[in-house]
Amino acid sequence: MQAMSVLSTPAEAPQGAPVTRRNRSSGAQRRAVALFIAPFGILFLAFYAIPIVYAVIQSLLTVEREGTFGRPRQVFGGLVQYEQVFQNTAFWESVGRVLLFGVVQVPIMLGLALLFALLLDSPLLKGKKFFRLAFFAPYAVPGVIAAIMWGFLYSPSLSPFGAVTSNVDLLGGNLVLWAIANIVTWVYVGYNMLIIYSSLLAIPTEIYEAARLDGASNLQIAWRIKIPLVVPAIILTAVFSIIGTLQLLAEPQTLRSFSSAINSTFTPNLAVYTTASVPNYNLAAAFSVVLALATFILSFVFLKSTQRKVTQ
Amino acid sequence: MSRSAAMLIMGVFTLYFLTPIWWLLTTSTKTGSEITSTAPLWFTADSAGTFLTNLGRLFAYGDGLFGRWLLNSALYAGVGALIGTVIAAMCGYALAKYEFRGREAIFNIVLSGVLVPATALALPLFLIFSRVELTNTMWAVFLPSLVSPFGVYLARIYAAASVPGELLEAARLDGSGEIRTFFTVSTRLMAPALVTIFLFQFVAIWNNFFLPLIMLRDQALFPVTLGLYAWNSQISQIPELRSLVIVGALVSILPLIIAFLALQRFWSSGLGAGSVK
Repeated sequence: MQAMSVLSTPAEAPQGAPVTRRNRSSGAQRRAVALFIAPFGILFLAFYAIPIVYAVIQSLLTVEREGTFGRPRQVFGGLVQYEQVFQNTAFWESVGRVLLFGVVQVPIMLGLALLFALLLDSPLLKGKKFFRLAFFAPYAVPGVIAAIMWGFLYSPSLSPFGAVTSNVDLLGGNLVLWAIANIVTWVYVGYNMLIIYSSLLAIPTEIYEAARLDGASNLQIAWRIKIPLVVPAIILTAVFSIIGTLQLLAEPQTLRSFSSAINSTFTPNLAVYTTASVPNYNLAAAFSVVLALATFILSFVFLKSTQRKVTQ
Repeated sequence: MSRSAAMLIMGVFTLYFLTPIWWLLTTSTKTGSEITSTAPLWFTADSAGTFLTNLGRLFAYGDGLFGRWLLNSALYAGVGALIGTVIAAMCGYALAKYEFRGREAIFNIVLSGVLVPATALALPLFLIFSRVELTNTMWAVFLPSLVSPFGVYLARIYAAASVPGELLEAARLDGSGEIRTFFTVSTRLMAPALVTIFLFQFVAIWNNFFLPLIMLRDQALFPVTLGLYAWNSQISQIPELRSLVIVGALVSILPLIIAFLALQRFWSSGLGAGSVK
């Protein structure tokens, strides 16, 4: 990404220098570094790097049969799978769906998280510790469990909000995407709130005192001082939210037993899962690669563009 | 904004966040027919007794499958996060406190690992594990969970900020080896970050759905989330599972809530480390 030039910086001591205490210890340090990094390095290679390479290779292969009923054989197919990815309307519909989801849900969720964090940080609230815990509690609920729970809450026969659920079909085709957005928001608002809140706590309070002497109100302090200073935290939460949105799987897959409006290609990840269980591993691998690239590029571009704005 | 407006906003959202959990609690204390026939957000006359009966049925169903799932989750998430935290902390610490060739390159690769969606890795991992015949084993879920690029990132930032170089120099002069210094001195200074990494990874593994979904066929190996998902999707055929799913959901979220409450002193101070930069 950046600073690859470090690789060419000579770090070793000049050859033939007398062996001093310093040199000996740096040899020990090099061994220590290798020992510290090796376990993570090996696991990262095995379960991150190699799978990515393997997915790319698989996505370039295609299954060929000798005759109609012959033995299947994997051969190099070039970009055949990718052509199929681009022609697969169901997949692109699912991508469009999660993008729409993200464009609406992520700003709402982060806006609320910022509001709650600012209120927690303001002198206005009593019982901060209670609110902090109450808002964070849903984060302890796994996506599958949250979806099961809300699935029941959305169902007209079980819901404690029968007046709403028997009149509005929350699990129908028009609303089910937003029913999922509500679940995701419910689970993650408190988590994002805490990240922003802890970065608010890190701001030295002298700044506020100085602003107050200048006659700034609480609102002005929040708007002019606090929000600009927590932008890095907001960016971090935004990147994680973008990644999360494109990965949506557990909630829609679980809600399928409550709603017939969610088909087997409702989100890109569901499409991958469905394709892999057909099974067409090569096409599923190509979906995965496209999805991983899209996530990566989207997060990276977001990160870079916002960072430039911040430094300006 | 006035004090009462602020309290009103927080009060309304407290209801939003806690009502579903409250509903789960009250509904866990009802029989299958009471779920639809009684007030959804309140208890019945015999709530305590019904709750115990439900718990008994939950742990007895399918030869104690649910207890098995809880243990599996504890193993995947507890042991996985523990080992994963140590591994990530060692790597992040080395990246923060030592100058060496390729340091930034390694850090950048790890950082880009943070941006790779875990679900995109699940399918290739499945294909690789099926080549070496490891699918449908505990290893298939456990081993990939040990890797936490975000943990390395957090550990590096926190180690850079909280472990002074002078202290390491002093330890060296005292003749303490690098490894020993790390485990006896540095890890203590990094404790809030370590707890945070552990909790994040614990939650990530506990919540992971795609990996166990595609790796595991044998119900006895399921984590509790996948198990409840499987029961939930059978409700239309086996209606008695509905109350088991509800009680099971309540029981399954208790360990995490307890872990968060017990460790909040640590994670709330470590949480800022990742965002402040």
